[in-house]
Amino acid sequence: MAQLSYRDAVAAAIAQEMRRDERVVLFGEDTAAAGGVFKTTVGLFEEFGPRRVKDTPISELAILGAAMGAAMTGLRPVAEIMFSDFLACCWDYVANEIAKTRYMSDGQITLPLVIRTANGAGSRFGAQHSQSVENWAMAIPGLKVVAPSTPADAKGLLAAAIRDPDPVVFFEHKSLLANKAEVPEGEHFEPLGKAKVLREGKDITVIALAAMVPRALKAAETLAAEHGISATVIDLRSLVPLDAKTLFAESARTGRVFTVEENPRLCGWGAEIASVIQEEIFSALKGPIVRITTPHVPLPAADQLEDAVVPSVARIVAEIRSGLDSRRMN
Amino acid sequence: MSVTREAHPARRTQEIPEATRLRLFQLQVEIRYCEKRAYDLFLQNLVKGTSHLALGQEAVAAGFAAAMNPDDYTFCTYRGHHHTLARGAPMLAVLGELMGRQCGLMKGKGGSMHLTSVAHGVMGSYAIVGAHLPIAAGAAWSAQYRGTKQVSVAFFGDGATNIGAFHEALNLAAVWKLPVVFCCENNLYMEYTPISAVTAVKHPAADRAASYGLERQVIDGNDADIVYSAARDAFAKARSGGGPSLIECLTYRHSGHSRADPAKYRPKEELEEWLKRDPVTLYRNRLLARGVAEGTLAKIESEAMAKLDQATETAKASPTPAVETAMTDVWADGGNAWRN
Ligand SMILES: Cc1ncc(C[n+]2csc(CCOP(=O)(O)OP(=O)(O)O)c2C)c(N)n1
Ligand SMILES: [Mg+2]
Repeated sequence: MAQLSYRDAVAAAIAQEMRRDERVVLFGEDTAAAGGVFKTTVGLFEEFGPRRVKDTPISELAILGAAMGAAMTGLRPVAEIMFSDFLACCWDYVANEIAKTRYMSDGQITLPLVIRTANGAGSRFGAQHSQSVENWAMAIPGLKVVAPSTPADAKGLLAAAIRDPDPVVFFEHKSLLANKAEVPEGEHFEPLGKAKVLREGKDITVIALAAMVPRALKAAETLAAEHGISATVIDLRSLVPLDAKTLFAESARTGRVFTVEENPRLCGWGAEIASVIQEEIFSALKGPIVRITTPHVPLPAADQLEDAVVPSVARIVAEIRSGLDSRRMN
Repeated sequence: MSVTREAHPARRTQEIPEATRLRLFQLQVEIRYCEKRAYDLFLQNLVKGTSHLALGQEAVAAGFAAAMNPDDYTFCTYRGHHHTLARGAPMLAVLGELMGRQCGLMKGKGGSMHLTSVAHGVMGSYAIVGAHLPIAAGAAWSAQYRGTKQVSVAFFGDGATNIGAFHEALNLAAVWKLPVVFCCENNLYMEYTPISAVTAVKHPAADRAASYGLERQVIDGNDADIVYSAARDAFAKARSGGGPSLIECLTYRHSGHSRADPAKYRPKEELEEWLKRDPVTLYRNRLLARGVAEGTLAKIESEAMAKLDQATETAKASPTPAVETAMTDVWADGGNAWRN
């Protein structure tokens, strides 16, 4: 095992797939020669050259349109949209073109492509460069939606996304990029659609995604050490396909479920998760499913303000405790 | 906008072989008949939803398709029946799709605005104005990458020239020297508003060509020979690594924007003048003047009609798709599951 940062793991996944499959190409704004504004594609231009690793103009429509046209004619494009907020600039391609074309063509057209994008808060970039928008993509039939929380998953899940025959929107979390951890050496691949149970507890089940995963884990430690609450923590990893079976089993074991979401409150991914869980295993629940989310505000820039709205370890602990105290059914 | 056309560069149409000319005529006739039939089927309430006919624009489709290789790519708009037919998609599958039948190109899942026939190089019809220009550029990039010599063609209306995707696609195609041909069918109107009322330049496509380092090309889109020769030149350039072309074809739609539009906003004289320049009649007369026998043309026409009648009857008799069809092919595994 080697220690790799999350950003280096992204580059390692792309390199791994480009070496094994000549059809894989990579492109985006500042992606090639500069190695990406987040340095997630460093070294790829040098290894694979300008034919396979390309810089584009600031043309989000052309980036995703070109990815789509290339994917339907035999390539496996990996397109980068610099900040996930900019998906709004090319949402037609995400929501109308890429997501629907396989269906509308009755399966004549297949779109094996990946849209990689830097998502989420933590960089104090303000409301147009900090949103967490994986819930937007989750709402569109025809898109797979993946958001890793660790370097190992960044590599394994991105490799899986590139090999997947369907379009995948791959959210790389900006606040996790510098995190270092063990990443399996050699070829590494993690199948899409499998949640990961990171910690087993008997009192509550906490479901988290991306940057909220390390915070949920820290909160679980505090809850155990200071409040005698034993928490299971699940890293969802992929919203679509959704590993509902793991969620049901782990939720039923404790009967108390909490989601930790970076999305603003309304229609954050936890709303759908809570809906699915209560519909299927209602009788195993001992209290309401509680959602811990960013409040329904655009993200502020100042560090104190940003920290105040995105769920923190302290807030996760507090909301879980008050959820357990005040909303117990029995 | 007045209908007077600028002089276009003299094209070498004299050398077009006779067989190609007959093919150009046949394609135009088949499209004309099939589009008229689509309208009749709409009046009989057998075609639902909306449809955008290309009556009057047949020469563009015929000219381009006749110049294409079988493995070239076509990308169309919602007004795409003519291009889909011209690439060889069967009338039965086209009419069946319009009628929402099992025999339709996409079994009723796409409808009139999304005709797709990958087997014939028709990589989809796109109903968001301008969206397919970057997609066509992407297919051209793929052809360039794979070294196949395929060319990708995007057909679009005059209205699409004012949307961002047009400009992004042209720039990218020019920078990457992609083998793509952008063909603007300038029929003078968007839905109900003349393009001239909302565009900063006279020729909405051609007058923008210089911004992307491309040659300014305005051609008579009602003359299949001229379209064919312009397309052939653009394809030759693309295949030899010369990059993209942008061709503005001046044409006119004989009917309204969509099937429900009586097109009252068009001046009577304008319509009359363009009807005098009906591409199918014009081409028929040209072939006669060149010495092609009346019987040869009549035979092409009667065969097209017989083919169409048979396709119509078969489509009418085709069952509607099984309702389970609505749940298939969201994913490459054929299904629609989003959870385990
Ligand atoms: C992005 C977008 N805006 C608006 C529409 C609605 N709309 C459909 S067709 C059309 C007119 C397009 O005109 P033009 O590009 O000239 O094509 P034509 O219909 O004349 O072939 C409009 C406004 C749309 N489909 N997509
Ligand atoms: Mg028009």
